[in-house]
Amino acid sequence: MSEKFRYSYFPGCSLMATNRAYDISTRNVAKTLGIELEEVDDWNCCGATAYMPIREKRAFVLSARNLAIASKKKDQPLATVCNACYVVLKKTNKYMAENSTLKQEIRTALLAGGMDYDGTVGVRHLLDVIVNEIGEAKVLKHVVRNLSGLRVACYSGCQLSRPFSDCDDPEYPKMMERLASWLGAEPVYFPLSAKCCGAMAMTTSRETGYALGGQILHAAKQQGAHCIVTACPLCQFNLEGYQDEISRATGKESQIPVLYFTQLLGCALGLSGQELALSESLTPVKPLLENRVGSL
Amino acid sequence: MNPAESAAICQEFLDSVYTIPHGEKIKECIQCGTCSASCPSSAAMEYGPREIIASLRAGMLDKVLSSNTVWLCVSCYSCTVRCPAAIPFTDVMYELKRIQTEKKVSKDTGPTVMAKSFVAVVDKYGRNHETELLRKYFFQTNPFDGIRNIPLALRLIYRKRFHLRPRKIKGLTALKKMMSAIDNHRKEQP
Repeated sequence: MSEKFRYSYFPGCSLMATNRAYDISTRNVAKTLGIELEEVDDWNCCGATAYMPIREKRAFVLSARNLAIASKKKDQPLATVCNACYVVLKKTNKYMAENSTLKQEIRTALLAGGMDYDGTVGVRHLLDVIVNEIGEAKVLKHVVRNLSGLRVACYSGCQLSRPFSDCDDPEYPKMMERLASWLGAEPVYFPLSAKCCGAMAMTTSRETGYALGGQILHAAKQQGAHCIVTACPLCQFNLEGYQDEISRATGKESQIPVLYFTQLLGCALGLSGQELALSESLTPVKPLLENRVGSL
Repeated sequence: MNPAESAAICQEFLDSVYTIPHGEKIKECIQCGTCSASCPSSAAMEYGPREIIASLRAGMLDKVLSSNTVWLCVSCYSCTVRCPAAIPFTDVMYELKRIQTEKKVSKDTGPTVMAKSFVAVVDKYGRNHETELLRKYFFQTNPFDGIRNIPLALRLIYRKRFHLRPRKIKGLTALKKMMSAIDNHRKEQP
């Protein structure tokens, strides 16, 4: 392959602990597809959705520091697999471009710590890179296992296609469905693809959180999906971690395996269960995939 | 809250909304309710997004701020992408959350404790540390709730998904300098 796919990689905090499997599977999938991911050196928390409402300007500085470090690699865009990191980093770029006063404030603050950032690092979600940059032909070159017969509910999450992004439809994102169908899997009709998973409400306002998460789980089951595929660590955790509670709260059976898109893709690319950290799932992801493709 | 105080809060809120890119669009709200209909958590809110703008216009924003409303916003941006007047409503909600916390209009609730604990943990290490975040959160809200989550925590530990020790970033001192620089910058503004 003559083309180089090289990105600065921003894992984000949750990929260091609760969602380690996402980080492991992401790195291995990227390697297989010939995407070079260079981790942003000494990155910090992006600020997520919880920092902004307490101290807005600081949240922008947190985000900008990461982009400042990434900007040292000239013309190299940044890729992340976390929707919250993605939306926050994109927002910082957009607001710096549109609000010159804010941009100046952020730059002055960065300079106090010996850094600078001009607002020009491209920010991509790795799903977008794989679907729209690498594309079907190149992905298929690496596919060694067919996932035919696997019915998947492709759940993008709310922040991947809204509102600072133009990589997918904000109402019914389709990127992940395209990817799944390249692999032979069968995406079910899933218009809740960008509905909220419950986000922080799952912990702080449980009733609301369970209702929102339940909606996604039940819709997937109703469509006859064998599993839900996610592109965000928080969505994945909310949907896999509270299935018992949601079953109790809603009176509806809510058990369904929930995996990352990198695990689904990695399985098709021939990666092992270990390379995809399948044993770290709280739901029976490994048996589900083994049922289709044999021992992992 | 007396009417003068209430009006002052409305004005302060508007001033901060005008600093958001396209925040001035808030004046163009036609009260169509697309925001409330799109909001995944409006059913649980005492005042939905449309009512927030109505109460702002009526000078009664304090009613919204002392309700459960603003922290039920999950930042899904559904209202923002659908608003026919192009109001960046998710950012408007962030402003409301900020003003409510700064003015201490109501007591801290679960979501405010969560957000403040998150800020404290990130300021301390430069990254989030989920164990410490949840410990802080449950300790300050309802420790019994924390106990209810122990089975889930044990499942995560068993699957190597729990970090007991936090990791600091190397550039923490420089990050702190940046943070105080932006704080000071803000104070210097008229």
